[in-house]
Amino acid sequence: MDSLQQRSSTVQEPPGAVPAHRPTPPPAWQPRTDPTPLLPDTEPLRVLGTDAVADADPALLLRLYAELIRGRRYNTQATALTKQGRLAVYPSTHGQEACEIAAALALEERDWLFPSYRDTLAAVARGLDPVQALTLLRGDWHTGYDPHEHRIAPLSTPLATQLPHAVGLAHAARLKGDDVVALAMVGDGGTSEGDFHEALNFAAVWQAPVVFLVQNNGFAISVPLAKQTAAPSLAHKAVGYGMPGRLVDGNDAIAVHQVLTEAVARARRGGGPTLVEAITYRIDAHTNADDATRYRAAGEVETWRAHDPILILERELTERGLLDEDGRRAAAEAAETMAAELRERMNAEPVLNPMDLFSHVYAEQTSQLREQAAQLRAELEAEGEA
Amino acid sequence: MAQALQRAMRDAMAEDPTVHVMGEDVGTLGGVFRVTDGLAKEFGEDRCTDTPLAEAGILGAAVGMAMYGLRPVVEMQFDAFAYPAFEQLLSHVAKMRNRTRGAMPMPIVIRVPYGGGIGGVEHHSDSSEAYYMATPGLHVVTPATVEDAYGLLRAAIASDDPVVFLEPKRLYWSKSDWSPAAVEPIGKAVVRRRGTGATLITYGPSVPVCLEAAEAAQAEGWDLEVVDLRSLVPFDDETVCASVRRTGRAVVVHESTGFGGPGAEIAARVTERCFHHLEAPVLRVAGFDIPYPPPMLERHHLPGVDRVLDAVARLQWEAGS
Ligand SMILES: Cc1ncc(C[n+]2csc(CCOP(=O)(O)OP(=O)(O)O)c2C)c(N)n1
Repeated sequence: MDSLQQRSSTVQEPPGAVPAHRPTPPPAWQPRTDPTPLLPDTEPLRVLGTDAVADADPALLLRLYAELIRGRRYNTQATALTKQGRLAVYPSTHGQEACEIAAALALEERDWLFPSYRDTLAAVARGLDPVQALTLLRGDWHTGYDPHEHRIAPLSTPLATQLPHAVGLAHAARLKGDDVVALAMVGDGGTSEGDFHEALNFAAVWQAPVVFLVQNNGFAISVPLAKQTAAPSLAHKAVGYGMPGRLVDGNDAIAVHQVLTEAVARARRGGGPTLVEAITYRIDAHTNADDATRYRAAGEVETWRAHDPILILERELTERGLLDEDGRRAAAEAAETMAAELRERMNAEPVLNPMDLFSHVYAEQTSQLREQAAQLRAELEAEGEA
Repeated sequence: MAQALQRAMRDAMAEDPTVHVMGEDVGTLGGVFRVTDGLAKEFGEDRCTDTPLAEAGILGAAVGMAMYGLRPVVEMQFDAFAYPAFEQLLSHVAKMRNRTRGAMPMPIVIRVPYGGGIGGVEHHSDSSEAYYMATPGLHVVTPATVEDAYGLLRAAIASDDPVVFLEPKRLYWSKSDWSPAAVEPIGKAVVRRRGTGATLITYGPSVPVCLEAAEAAQAEGWDLEVVDLRSLVPFDDETVCASVRRTGRAVVVHESTGFGGPGAEIAARVTERCFHHLEAPVLRVAGFDIPYPPPMLERHHLPGVDRVLDAVARLQWEAGS
């Protein structure tokens, strides 16, 4: 009642009089004082072709070059394997090799990578056996490696679901006192998923040492970015969660490496998470099974070919005299050796044990699974005798 | 029961520094049902954490924590609010061990207060056990007594596999003189009442209903056995079938809907295994196949003593015909 009367008395004041009650901010509201700039730059960071490239370590430039050449060859080899029926499906990262590889190389050995189904190259750049990286896509098992061995989580097929895992792991590591950073990779389409938002929010609230890398390759299968989001950029999404957003040219291996290295260092020293958006383009179709001509024009692909990550790095290295014909040949030969070995090993029939179906569902088989395992064993024995 | 659950978490946290409790309001408030009361104070906010309000985020973060060697105990505030986390539950929690050939076990407990009978408004009374049961890789456990609440939760936390721990919320306030007993492994049903005429197969909130029905049936000359499943996955065929073979008749009783519900699976298993011992078809007494009703109507939905007795009467009739 009291407050009602007060309100009606202010309403009745004559116009022009000083109101007894001045509006103040809501009591719980606090102005933000954190000095860290959260908004991304208006332009994606580029290093190659700018003066800043002079600061880049030549050894790193050459390492990235060799890895990009290897990664490109890996993409063409894996795609060829789909045509021979050796791989069920392959989502190529042709055109995206720079973000895949430069990001992975920004991590220390003790750090963790949380890849999506597309990020085999990042996993391989981190040292994973190329064949083991492909078991998911070949179909002989879901994950072909022990994630703890290389600190690479299983390649995640459901979009963005691996992002909260990265947050939880990084948080757990920090609770244990380990200075481990988690790098979580996601596509532009994946940023629309609820898990993306929940992961960013958890990471910021917990100040978890995580770096989120969005590889914006323009499309989620056929759906262009404009139908995915109305945000000025995907990096802008960081602001609402209270973490910095960074924009980088995803085809500029040095720029990606620089931004990721900074973000990883920031996370490691307790500065919290960063969201990085790498602007890139997928030159190949979504997978070998997709027809990209239905949703994009050839001209668009050609403009991106002119901005190919290998091309722009090679140009820089050549101009600086770091790379000549011999160097190019050496890198190509190393990549060819990798491809030949991959081909040969992928041509061997994997040896599968059907009883594995029941081996890893629970730590200890339930009575239900024991019964079903016995059934399968009997069927296999009958097959063997027949 | 709420205190027994809380004691189970406290004892587990004291014994094992990798046990972490997390969820909405579990810290300062101690949970909306006070099940986590005092844990944050005793073990600190890093061990009993108020998370942001996002179920997929909570469970997804728990997956990552489990990857790094922790044993998260996650509270979902209410049954129907666990649904946003189903993607994480089905795609990752339940499958991670399998995907990684045993390299990444998921020792996560997902505590879900479930079921009706407390006058909750919409979305606060679901019985979601059939969804969990249908997901390979999960254990599904539900206590009906104070002792089991403690023992089963300790076992669930000790398990190297994910356990969906369904807490019958209308039994939260049930009391008993008890002391923390030896931890029994998950997967064993128990005969709560001996009888010879028919077996009531039940679990969670329906256990007290069945015990009451069995007492009432005595007056009719029916001597009922009551089996409390305690664990839906794994399912204790042995105890259940031993009972049905003794009595020759069975009724499955649960709150959740009947069509495609847990009773369908249980009746089928019993029929497959005990057909020659059965003197009547296995019957089901379940909630109606409707979205959980508004609180003023829930008593018509929930299977009560009378409905159980009606089913038993039908069994007798079938047997006599
Ligand atoms: C939760 C979920 N919904 C749908 C799909 C099917 N799907 C696979 S890839 C894809 C597009 C993903 O696009 P984006 O996130 O941009 O990643 P990109 O493929 O470009 O790397 C879709 C819709 C899925 N894998 N997961």
